[in-house]
Amino acid sequence: MKLPTVTRSIRTRLFLQLAAISALLSVALFLVVRGLAETAAEATQDGILAASATSIADALRSEDGEITLDLPYSALSMLGTTNDDRVFYKVEVNDETLTGYDDLPPPSQSPTISENTFATFYYRGDEVRMVSASRTVSAGGVPSNVLISVAQTRLGLAAISQRISAIATGIGLVFFLVATALSLLAARSALRPLKEMTAAITRRGPADLRPLAIDPPTELEPFVSALNTFIARLRASLLRSEDLIAEAAHRVRTPLATVRAKAEVTHRKLQKPEHKQTMREMIRAIDESSRSAGQLLDHAMVTFRTDSLSTETFDMAELVRETAERLEPAADLKDVTIRCTTPDTTPAFTGDRILLQSAIQNILDNAIKYSPDDSAIDVDLSVAETMCLSFTDRGRGFGEADTDSLKTRFSRGANVDDIVGSGLGLTIADEVARAHGGQLNITRNEGSQGACVSLIFPRQ
Amino acid sequence: MRLTDLPAAIMAILGLTSAAFAFEIEERARYPAANPETELRIISTADRAVFEPILLAFQQQNQTISIDYTIASTTELMKAVHAEGEAFDLVISSAMDLQTKLANDGFARTYRSPATDALPDWAKWRDQVFAFTQEPAVLILSETAFPDEAYPTSRDELIELLRDQPDRFRGKVGTYDVRTSGFGYLMATQDARVSENFWRLLEAMGRLDTQLYCCSGDMLHDIREGKLAIAYNVLGSYAQAQLEDGGGYRIVMMSDFANIMLRTVLISTKADNIADAQTMINFLASLESRPDLVAASGLPAVDTDALQSNVALRPIRLGPGLLAFLDRLTRRNFLRNWEASITQE
Repeated sequence: MKLPTVTRSIRTRLFLQLAAISALLSVALFLVVRGLAETAAEATQDGILAASATSIADALRSEDGEITLDLPYSALSMLGTTNDDRVFYKVEVNDETLTGYDDLPPPSQSPTISENTFATFYYRGDEVRMVSASRTVSAGGVPSNVLISVAQTRLGLAAISQRISAIATGIGLVFFLVATALSLLAARSALRPLKEMTAAITRRGPADLRPLAIDPPTELEPFVSALNTFIARLRASLLRSEDLIAEAAHRVRTPLATVRAKAEVTHRKLQKPEHKQTMREMIRAIDESSRSAGQLLDHAMVTFRTDSLSTETFDMAELVRETAERLEPAADLKDVTIRCTTPDTTPAFTGDRILLQSAIQNILDNAIKYSPDDSAIDVDLSVAETMCLSFTDRGRGFGEADTDSLKTRFSRGANVDDIVGSGLGLTIADEVARAHGGQLNITRNEGSQGACVSLIFPRQ
Repeated sequence: MRLTDLPAAIMAILGLTSAAFAFEIEERARYPAANPETELRIISTADRAVFEPILLAFQQQNQTISIDYTIASTTELMKAVHAEGEAFDLVISSAMDLQTKLANDGFARTYRSPATDALPDWAKWRDQVFAFTQEPAVLILSETAFPDEAYPTSRDELIELLRDQPDRFRGKVGTYDVRTSGFGYLMATQDARVSENFWRLLEAMGRLDTQLYCCSGDMLHDIREGKLAIAYNVLGSYAQAQLEDGGGYRIVMMSDFANIMLRTVLISTKADNIADAQTMINFLASLESRPDLVAASGLPAVDTDALQSNVALRPIRLGPGLLAFLDRLTRRNFLRNWEASITQE
């Protein structure tokens, strides 16, 4: 049988178990309180009954060789002090009734001079408690055994018992509620480390594969250590595959360069225009492959370097201009102008220069690729609350594609079927931005065509 | 063995108990209702003259209830209800001890209502015995014997007076015969319980050939007739009522202590007409709200404030303590001492 879903929660289970325990304890408390209080109330009634019997016994005297008695007023009135119960008594001398209620039954256990006996039974329609005391009185020189019995109904006791039960119920209920509330807190507090650990893991970036740096409670240590071992294995495995890709890309790039050189030479030698055209297309394909291999290498490098970010201080404006200059030959081929606008002074930026260069290069590379011939790309660096580096082209934009999904690996715009690309460029830029605590924004150009890609970093 | 047991047995055999009672009744009165539907049977120790205004006022409010009102002495009343189990609905008596015994021995029915809850705690017991009047036992002095302001106001002064002037008061002192009067016995035992002076007073009275009476009315009658100069332990409410009729005597509330008797009512377990009995209980319990009836009957309603304003007033406490003096051995010893004192044998 499948357990209901609620019991799958440790907290609910813990809470229910604690609540069940406190319910049990409440019932036990109720029984103990009631038991003790009723015993005390019964002992009080027994005490008054015994005092009454003693008072009657003390009033016994011998007169003209006969035992006689003036029943003390207080002996009976004291029984009426705490309740309105009915009172019965009997005094017997040598088993013959001297005075009192003749039909009051004898005690089941005979009392001795030193010890009274108590009995509970039904008499005249009510439950009564009876004390019996024994005395030896000399009457005319002959010792006689006198048995004094005083009985009282227990309605007052029943009322007290009812009141006590109500109080005990209240105490039990309050105890249960308090204990339950506390167990709710206890369950929550016991599971707090688990919650904190979950939060710590959830907060991590997708590429954060460092071991967990939290101090877990003893019970969770094996779990955390197992988790860390697992993370280490995963990380090693990821690094291996990135290594493999980098190695593969590297190995492909060199032969591709050779093939391109040969193809250039052949292109010049060819006479027929259709042959020249074929060869040009071949060279373009080789260029794309080489570029993709380069990006794969870049991406592997980004993945590797973000794990252990190097921190150097440099001028962002200078880096932007330098990178733009490097890409000018490629831009010139399409008559695309790169216009860099930077403030006169920019605050020093601390981060991984190589990674940032790679990010800027990939974005510019993309922009050039998608720009129409004879157009301009604007690179703007502005420093306000954040440091914002935006790249605006006049290209075709990203169509209707989800701008967030463009940041994922091998994802490309919705309108790029005629242009070869790997879909890694923006992924690299995005990862670099996030490694520096910033973000990559992709927006459509307002008014004119084209797209705007911005790298935004917090001020340092 | 009580002599009355034999005729009671015979009556029971002949099935005549409904027609006649085996106990001695003083008077029996029927009050037919305007629109009779039910009948409430009351046995009471209160004189007809005293209680009639209350019964008529009750019938004014409850026009369908006829009342059968039987008057008996406290002792005979006890005999009727306790020993013979007569089927009365309500039992009204001035003998608190006997009423307590009826409740204790299981002859009373429990009843609670807003009216009974409003009674002070000392005016009820077990929700079975309900007090509706508080009447002091007083000393009555004939005006002819005590024309001026020189009269005793406490037991000590009374003892001194009787001892100093035996010839003046010989044969002219009266009190209850506690052997026959339940009320007299209750007052005497309460006196004895509170103060040893009681026995000294009894000795002094015994030397003066004290007259013994069954009832307060007779004592008051003889005071007015000049046969008595002093009557001890007379029911104050009767004395007050008759003072307004004829007078001729002075009512003295003892300054050392004055026992307050609570006239009580209970519903018998033999009651046939419980509903009407409960209506009557509620009516009596709220007597304080009817000053006209208090005035007409001369029965002071239960009133805690009146007791608190005079510290000498001692209301007799309802409860099992009252059973002590009803114990047959204790009663025999008490009566023996009482007889020895009063008859000087």
